[in-house]
Parts: sequence; C-alpha cells; structure tokens
Amino acid sequence: MTQLQMPKVDNQALEKRELYVSELQKILIKKENVLSHSDEIKPYETDALTAYRQMPMIVVLPETVEQVSSILKFCNQNKIKVVPRGAGTGLSGGSLPLKDCVLMSMSKFNKIIEVDYENRCVKAQPCVTNLSITHAVQDKGFYYAPDPSSQMACSIGGNVAENSGGVHSLKYGATTNNILGIEVVLMDGTIVSFGGKTMDSEGYDFMGLMTGSEGLLGVITQVTVKILKKPETVKTALIGFSSIDDAGNSVSQIISGGCIPAGMEIMDKALTKATDDHVKAGYPTDAEAMMIVEFDGTESEVNEYMEIVKSICQKNNSSSFKISESEEDRKRFWAGRKAAFPACGVLAPDYLCMDGSIPRSKLSEVLKEINRLSKKYDLPVANAFHAGDGNLHPLIMFDANDEESLRKTEEFGAEILKYCVKVGGALTGEHGVGIEKRELMCEAFNDVDIQQQLKIKLSLDPYSLLNPGKVYPILRKCAEEGRVHVHKGKTKFPDIPRF
Amino acid sequence: MSIKEKQNSQTSQDFSKISEFKPKSEKEISEFVKFCYSKNIPIEVEGSGSKLKIGRNFQSEKKLNLSNYAGIIKYEPEELYIKVKSGTTINEINQALDKNGQHLAFEPQSFGYLFTGVKNLGTIGGAISTNFSGSRRFKVGSARDHVLGIKVVNGRGEIVKSGGTVVKNVTGYDLSKIITGSYGTLAVISEISLKVLPKPPSIKTLVIHNAQLKKSLEYLGISLSSSSDVSGGVFYPEYFSNQFFLNDLTNKGPITAIRIEGATSSIEKRLENLKKELGLLDDEINYLDDEQSKIFWKFTQNLKAFEKSEKNLIKVVIPPSKAVKTINNLKKHLTRYFIDWGGNLIWMEIDKLNSEILREIEEVIDNVGGYYIIVKLDDGLKAGIDVFKINSIKYKISQNLKNSFDPKRILNPGKMYSGI
Repeated sequence: MTQLQMPKVDNQALEKRELYVSELQKILIKKENVLSHSDEIKPYETDALTAYRQMPMIVVLPETVEQVSSILKFCNQNKIKVVPRGAGTGLSGGSLPLKDCVLMSMSKFNKIIEVDYENRCVKAQPCVTNLSITHAVQDKGFYYAPDPSSQMACSIGGNVAENSGGVHSLKYGATTNNILGIEVVLMDGTIVSFGGKTMDSEGYDFMGLMTGSEGLLGVITQVTVKILKKPETVKTALIGFSSIDDAGNSVSQIISGGCIPAGMEIMDKALTKATDDHVKAGYPTDAEAMMIVEFDGTESEVNEYMEIVKSICQKNNSSSFKISESEEDRKRFWAGRKAAFPACGVLAPDYLCMDGSIPRSKLSEVLKEINRLSKKYDLPVANAFHAGDGNLHPLIMFDANDEESLRKTEEFGAEILKYCVKVGGALTGEHGVGIEKRELMCEAFNDVDIQQQLKIKLSLDPYSLLNPGKVYPILRKCAEEGRVHVHKGKTKFPDIPRF
Repeated sequence: MSIKEKQNSQTSQDFSKISEFKPKSEKEISEFVKFCYSKNIPIEVEGSGSKLKIGRNFQSEKKLNLSNYAGIIKYEPEELYIKVKSGTTINEINQALDKNGQHLAFEPQSFGYLFTGVKNLGTIGGAISTNFSGSRRFKVGSARDHVLGIKVVNGRGEIVKSGGTVVKNVTGYDLSKIITGSYGTLAVISEISLKVLPKPPSIKTLVIHNAQLKKSLEYLGISLSSSSDVSGGVFYPEYFSNQFFLNDLTNKGPITAIRIEGATSSIEKRLENLKKELGLLDDEINYLDDEQSKIFWKFTQNLKAFEKSEKNLIKVVIPPSKAVKTINNLKKHLTRYFIDWGGNLIWMEIDKLNSEILREIEEVIDNVGGYYIIVKLDDGLKAGIDVFKINSIKYKISQNLKNSFDPKRILNPGKMYSGI
C-alpha cells in the first residue's frame, strides 16, 4: 500500500475502546451487533479499492434509525470518528476505515419497505441492492433505471452516497435524477427526511446536496426511488470499427444528430478480446474498437433510430454491424460488457479501474494520450467507456505484490485524470473521489471552491467526525481548522499544488 | 474591521452611493458583494424581475440587477450543453438552441401572464433560482436536473464554482443542486452550464373529453405507467375550456390532455396503444397535431389559465394518488385549479386567503405527504403568511447552510424564511 495521509489518530479514543464498546452495546441492545475482535472486524478493513486497508476501532451494525441516531449522537458527544458503509463495493475507498473510527455498517437495513405502483416509486432501506429493487417490481413490468455494473451487489444507499450512474444513465440519468426522497441521520443524531413521494421539494434541495456527498454529510437510512415502465422494445447493436477515431466520431455524430440512445458503450481491442474469450459474446474481436448501442421505445421508433445509427457508422467506416434479434442476443451482447472488469483478471494479476469524464468529442484524443502514457509507464491498459456520456473507465493492469508497480499505476491513473480535467472533463464521473482521487481535487477546484465545500461540511458536522479524510485533501482541512503544518512524509501525489 | 475585511472592501468602484448596481462582469458582482459584506448591507438580487413577486417581502438597502450581465459564453450543440451568463434571457437561449434543433427540455415557466398579462420568460438566472419546470417534469426532471455546472458569488463576495460542462461528474458536493431553487438566498448565480437536448421531431396530443376529475386522474395514472412514454399529462376543469382557441379542441367540458413526442414513425403507434390501454372510444377523444399541440402545451407552460388573475395562486405538489383527495378536501377554498405533471402538481387559485385557511390547506397537504409554494399572494397578506413552509429541523439546518454561504445574511435575507 502506498502512503496516504489520513486524519491524525486520536490515541485517547483508542485507549477508551473497551468503554466505547460497552456504551455502544447499551445502545444496540444485542451485543453481537457491536464487533471489536480483530477476527470480526477484519472483513471491514477495505472496500473495492483493495489496495488500501485499515482495521477500524469498532464495527457497529445498527438495526433501526433510532439506533443510528443514538450512535451518531454518542460519537458526536465523545468526538469519535464515524465511517459509514453500505455494501462495500465502492471503487474510490469511500468507506475505508480509520484506525480510531466506529465503522457503521448499514448491512441490517436490507428490506424493501414499500412498493407503490400508483405513485411509481419504491421505498427501501439503504442496504437493499440496486438490482433487487428491479426484481421487486419487474413482475408488473417496472424497473429502476440506474444500473451500475456492480448492481447485483451494490446498495441503494451507497448509490445515493456516490451518485452512481451506469450504462443507461445516458438516457435516464444518474441516481440523483432517479430518487424522490431520502431519510438521513446527521452527525448530531438529528433524523430528517428530504423529499418523499413528490417531485422536487420545498426549500433548499438537501437531497441533491446529500446525493454524491460520499458519506460526509449524513448517514442515509431510507431511500425512495422512482420506478419506470419497461419499454416495449429494446434493441442493441454491436458495431466494429477499424480505428478508435472512427468510433469516437460516430458517437459525436449520433448524439448531435438528435438520437439519444439508452446506452452507448465503447471497448478497445484488448478488452473486446478478453471479454469475448471470457463470455463468448460474439464480439468482433478483430476490430480496433467495438461499440454497443442500445435503443428502447416502440418497435418502429427503435428501428428508425437504428437505421440512422447504421448510416452514421457506415460513413465512419464501420467494419461490422449486428443488431440483436432476440432478448437472448441482447443479453449476450451486454454480458461481455458487464463482465469486462472480471475479464481483465485474465490479463493481469490486478487492475486499477479509473473513472474520468470528458467531452464526447475528445474521446479519441484522450485515448491516444492514455496509450502514450501506457508506453511511458510500461503498463498495459484496457479501455471501456460509457461513450455516450463521455465517461471513461481505463483499466490499468499491474501486479499488486510489486510495490513499484502499484506506485507507477497510481501515477499513471493520476496523469489520465489530470488530462481529463485539462480537456474540460471531470476527475470522476460516477465512482466518487473517496481517498483515491482526493489529492487531485486541486486540479479541478481552487482554494476558494474547496473552502466553500468545507464550510458546508462544517455546517452539518461541526467537528468533522463523519467520514473524515475522504474527498478533500487533509492539509487543506488543517488550514481550515487553523492548524497549518508541513507534512514531510510521502503523500500520494507529491507534485500537485498544495495550499 | 479585521485586516481581511479591509482587504475585501478595497474595490475599484465606490458603491456607497449606488442604490441599484448593474454589473457587467463577474468581477464586478464579486466586488459589489464584497463591499456590501464589509458594510453589512442587505442586497436584493434580481434578473429581469419576472418572478420577483414570488417569495416573502424583506428589507434591503441595495439592488443587484443582473440583466446587463448577459450573453451566451459557449454553446456546443454536439456536446449538448450551453454555458451562459445568469442575466441571459430565456428567449435568447431558446433562439440559439432552436437554430440547432435543440431546447431546454425542462420547459422553463413564464410568470408574465400571471403577474402582468404579458408573456415574460425572464432570465436563466431566475429560472434556476426558482426551479419551476413545465409539463415534461415527470419524464425529464426539473430545472435542477439540467444544471451541469454553476459559478456563483457567495455572501462573502467569493467566486465559487461547482460541476462543469460534462453530464457525468461527481467531484465534490453538487452545489448546483443546492443553489437551484434557493431564490438567491445562498449566493448570486453568475454562470450556468445547462444540459440541452434535441427537440422531439414530432408532437401529438391525445385529448379526452368530459372525463371528470377522478376519471381523468385514472387516465393520467395509466398513461404515466404505460410503455407509451408520454411527456405531458394535464387536467383542465370545464371552466377553462373556453380559453382554448384550437380547431380540434372545441369541446366545452373538462379536458384531459396527454402529450406524446418523439420519432415521427412511432407517434401514431404509441397513440393507438395508449388509446387501447385507456379503453377509449373514438367519440370521447380527438388528437391535436404538431402545431396545435405546441400552442396547447405553451398555454400550460406559461400558466395562461391564470392570465391577469387577481387572486392568490398556490403550487401544490402531491403524490399523484392523493390528487383527488387533496382537491376534494380543499374544494371550498378553490376558485379555480388545474392539474399538471400527470397528477403530481395542482395549481390552486384561492380568492380569500388568511392564516386560518392556510393552516387548513397545510394540514391537508401535510397529510398526503405533499408540499406547497405560494406563488402569488396579495400584498396585504404577505406580512402574515409564510410563502414556503418548513419544519423546525429543516429550519435549523437551512440556517446553518445559509451561514456557510452567506454568514452576514446580506443576500435576499428573509426572501424564503424569516431569519434565513
């Protein structure tokens, strides 16, 4: 693991661990819901950013919102840090524990509370998985639109905390556009609901602020999501291109031509080959780039759009064009894309999945830069994009057992993200900043921008106890608290400007 | 005054004698706010003033008028975004987008007919500050869902940015959400990057005659839950029927209208499916073509139903299953009403409003899990009635949030809530 500075450990808190355990047991009633033995807390030491590990001080498993409130209140009074955790599938280290923290696992909040077809919504506890919401309503032909690739495992509360997207967010938006209400517990124990079953809400849009706030502003205890009726017809096309430029140009032309597909993905040759070997999806493995385009709606509408896409792709020298003829076809086409990350496991012992966002027209430029960097760092890279909304997922392959390899990988990743910002994009499209991109925040924001964000944080969590050390660089926070000091240890990206 | 505050008050202009300032640059906005911050001067922020009457009355010493800070900064049709200065009129934006077959899909509403009798869409800054959205709301989201990035000047006069011009961005807190709908009480918006979308190639409207409220809401409910992908659903009681001057809309009873937009080839099919799903007979319905549909839905978007209304107007948002109950429970207070957002929104016109009636309205709306905003309120009533409702918990955190943006409470203080 490379060095990453985390908030100063409160040794006094660690000394009081036994006392805290007994106090927390009183709140949670069931003793088994407070874990402190190293064997019990080991599974919580990391999320899906597995390069970083840290055992927490204590793990709590609350079962009711009142318990969440009492725990937070207790921790707030005793100035104990709290790290909330959903399913632990986050890729940016958002629920990485701190040595002196109470890790609050929401895993017992796993029930769907209400399915309301009349108002087209589902009310769920935060650790219900994304996919099980769709499962709960699919009998009646409904579904929940955002579909992150981890949808089988990731929790809806985590989706809200990270504002997760997915392959269909091009047409249907990300989490923030698909929720109607949330219930949140603030660090001082206040339980508050924003929104409900209505569209928008009166007053400040706290739901919008909480969505994507990465567990820094409150603990989500309930989510009401919008459900949609399944479209009559869905068709997917697999299109091969002999160059990535041609694929990139097609994306821009399809969008500017007035067609908004439900999803539009590109994978490069390396990944196309790896996934096809993995799931036998029937991909054009000889193509330099492969595009998946999906339209949904009525049959005639879908056919009309497919024709437009076909002619645009042909003008851009597409080498193959295959439209799904059955639901099985379609599922197989997607199976490859959805298995893209595991398929990388075949190519290298480990991979780091990056998540930059760029203007659509810069796709091929950014890809060239990634290839240049791949040579510079001598690390192979495979690329998957949510091309329609300019969201890149370069997968850098390395060997985690080799420390130098991990260091190089992280530097490589940082350079990609800096380039994304340079061409007018963003550091993260859907995975969140967490600890992974924390040190790069000053690439996207200046000091004043970050200070305003920190002031919002402090307005809801005055002692900065909820998920500290995430999203915002530590030194900046020290400055905010008036304890500016120079840190001489290694930091993750030593060459970036500091404040 | 601290050293920092002294530095902040050093500006190139002397604002002390100006009562209304019309900045031409972001720097000027920042300097003006810094000046007011250093002197504790409350400011009223305005664009073209088309929605200025919405909100509470409050005391201010100076006006910050953004109508000269206008213009399109960058428009990239193929990237589906437009970046504008906050004083830019919606008209100017619409014209630019129209040339490329694009539009603002959230249909910013005009309050001109309501307040002055003349259409006035106002500025984009105003549209974002108030977050009013048209009939497509349930399909495409509201104004807040179309803001990709924002630049604001906070109550300390600092220029702060959030988001950008790309659709997917989760870098830091999403300030564009909290600023949208904050009525200028947190920060002065200077720049906005908006998501734009291709205009649908065709529009058609299915009009159902003579369905009464309950039946109409059933139709709307089924339509919104159907695969026909509808993009508008309204109910106008019969007293509005004489306000429509359309060749294919001559019926004098209540009107239920459902909009279908998209590829030309699919529209007929979707209308047919919908008609079948709703179990409608030919003599109960007719269709509005593209042109008539545009007129009909603009009528709704611009609240023309309440043109020059002398009465109070409340926007009530409820879960659609509660619309009938809400209206029935409040019937005795309503002079007129109509339903938009496929049953999610009721525009209620109320002649006589006082604290007692409002308490009753509030109770009914609370009971069904809805909320309201008083859009038009008789001036004489403004002192005693809360335009926005809020509970004590949300009041406290709203106050804390306000403090993080505008610690001296100089930006539209009291516009939304007393003390915020």
